Amino acid sequence: MTRARTSLLPYLLLAPSLLFLAALFLVPLLQTIGLSLTENGELSPANYQRMVGDLNFVPSLRNTFVLVLVVVPAQVVFALAMATMLQKLRLGRDIVLWIWTIPLGVSDLAAGLVWLAILQDRGYLNSALMALGVIDGPTPWLTYETPVALFFSVVAAEVWRATAIVLVILVAGLQLIPREYAEAAEVFGARPWTIFRRITLPLLRPSLQTALILRTVLAFEVFAVVYAIGGRNFPVLVGEAFVWQTDNQNTGVAAAYAMLVVVISLASTVFYLRALRTPPEQQP
Amino acid sequence: MRQSMKAAASAILLSGSLAAANPATAQEEIDFLSTQLRPIEEAQKVRDVILEDFDGSVNYLVEEPPQFDVRMRAEGQAGKRTIDLVGALHGELQPLATTDLDTIDDVAAKLTDRGIPPGLMELGKFGTGKQVYVPWMQATYIMVARKDALDYLPQGADINKLTYEQLEAWAKAITDDTGERVLGFPAGPKGLMHRFFQGYLYPSYTGGVVTPFKSPEAEAMWTAFKSLWQYVNPNSASYDFMQDPLLAEEVWIAFDHVARVKEALVEAPDDFVTFPAPAGPKGRGYMPVIAGLAIPKDAPDRAGAAALIEYLTRPETQITTAQEVGFFPVVKAELPADLEPGIKLIADAVAKTQGADDALAALLPVGLADKGGEFNKIYLDTFQRIVLRDEAPRTVLDDEAKALSAIMEATNAPCWQPDKPSQGACPVK
Repeated sequence: MTRARTSLLPYLLLAPSLLFLAALFLVPLLQTIGLSLTENGELSPANYQRMVGDLNFVPSLRNTFVLVLVVVPAQVVFALAMATMLQKLRLGRDIVLWIWTIPLGVSDLAAGLVWLAILQDRGYLNSALMALGVIDGPTPWLTYETPVALFFSVVAAEVWRATAIVLVILVAGLQLIPREYAEAAEVFGARPWTIFRRITLPLLRPSLQTALILRTVLAFEVFAVVYAIGGRNFPVLVGEAFVWQTDNQNTGVAAAYAMLVVVISLASTVFYLRALRTPPEQQP
Repeated sequence: MRQSMKAAASAILLSGSLAAANPATAQEEIDFLSTQLRPIEEAQKVRDVILEDFDGSVNYLVEEPPQFDVRMRAEGQAGKRTIDLVGALHGELQPLATTDLDTIDDVAAKLTDRGIPPGLMELGKFGTGKQVYVPWMQATYIMVARKDALDYLPQGADINKLTYEQLEAWAKAITDDTGERVLGFPAGPKGLMHRFFQGYLYPSYTGGVVTPFKSPEAEAMWTAFKSLWQYVNPNSASYDFMQDPLLAEEVWIAFDHVARVKEALVEAPDDFVTFPAPAGPKGRGYMPVIAGLAIPKDAPDRAGAAALIEYLTRPETQITTAQEVGFFPVVKAELPADLEPGIKLIADAVAKTQGADDALAALLPVGLADKGGEFNKIYLDTFQRIVLRDEAPRTVLDDEAKALSAIMEATNAPCWQPDKPSQGACPVK
């Protein structure tokens, strides 16, 4: 009797959160699937056809993927470097970490507006360049005529805004690695780079996996920063979903875009789970 | 009960103190929902200035057009109206006309002395013979130029009778001299660029909007517009309101809705001139924007709504509205001579636009219901592809014409002015 109750208890405790998620996630998800697959109440691929045939579909798909492929690796490299440097600090470690994580407290739209203020024609960047005599007058960086500058502006803003979340996860992961391994390696004369490659990185794998899944999924959902900086000049998938819903007032095509983002996010998660799997015997 | 609870709730919010939440002080409010005058500054002017002398208490609410449409339908279907009076554009009220809006011939009958032009009153009937809305206020789009630009005006050109060729020559002269592209259009995500194509460029060049969409005249028009675009500031693709780039001197000559240049004109009336949009081979296309007042079916307080309509269409209220928010009277009302200089600049340009010999009025799209957004998208996509992405006009027009045709057939929307009237869906020829 007591046994039965104990084995039920965890499920009872989990039930509210499960119900909450089911009600506010699964139901809308099913509704979105339904919306994307129906046209005038009938089952039809029309929404997907319109999505694929739209002039912004290929640019938004390309922009989103290129952005993820550039931003996520850059963020992981930066965060790794920052986390390792942080470990060596004796004094002021908390303050440095605190400053590095400030962007976590800024909403993405606000972050986008900050970068817009820097990069627009009469922004801080142009003012500085003009003061230095590099340029004669306001130079546009964010127009349809300057796609490369616009792209790297978005990259800069995204890296600035969201590297901190990777950093926090990796710092926590590094703290879990017992010092003994590195010390043992040092005894055998391993150089710092070897220790990092052979000991730190493999042991950091679970944290890296978490960080990569989280960042990649969020990067595929990038929207507010891009919207603030690039507007219509830099279409991305979630932005197109927004435009179809609000401007074009076509919920079906918006739902099709949403489903596409869901599928891409799921696929990338599965990819990371498999690629960065840590066999149980290797876990610390 | 609902009213008093809401009043109590807002009292708590306003005072931040529970002590003020005394339901006894709550009074019957008229709920007035509007898709116009949404920005916080304008909404505040409606509440504090325009509605100040009204004998009664009004709860002024705003909603974006798509949400407005959804809300009206939802309340209708649920059989639970919360709104007493709605204020929205002609095209936003039209889809609700038969399903959610009451006929208000009784209200209109009491307003015969206001001098609302019969043509405008007729628009408010949507061809049903019954009054569905009473005209509330009107606006349109104008051109604004910094006075510095006037030195470059081509020889012999009259700024009030410009053609699109002259506009291009004007902008070119400035670019040639200063090296900067100073023409500006509101082609940003929240800009009203689609109205420029539907109300100005297409009517001026083709005499229509839908029917001649892919005509040879349209092809020539896009080629000409692309040539003009060489002198357009590339930030135009991000501009939503032209008042900001005009004030920042980033743009010297701009086209926009009067409400979206008002701030620049009011702030620096001495720096700017205003004038009508240019003319093309078929005339000077322009788009009058009419907002109307309507009462939802089963409104909780119909009498209060009728009284509010009576108040809002009084000449003195209409003049206050023009002064405060830059929308112009629909009734016979003499704007005072001491009008604020910025508002006077707008009023002059509006009068010159409407009074031009070659004026060609193009109405807002009618009968597209929830396809209005996709209709706009066709014009914006065509622009995007021809002008910004350098595709051949003929291919793009043939392509987009199919999508346009599909929308017209799906909604079965007949042609509206200036296209020739059609039986059934407006044809794309």
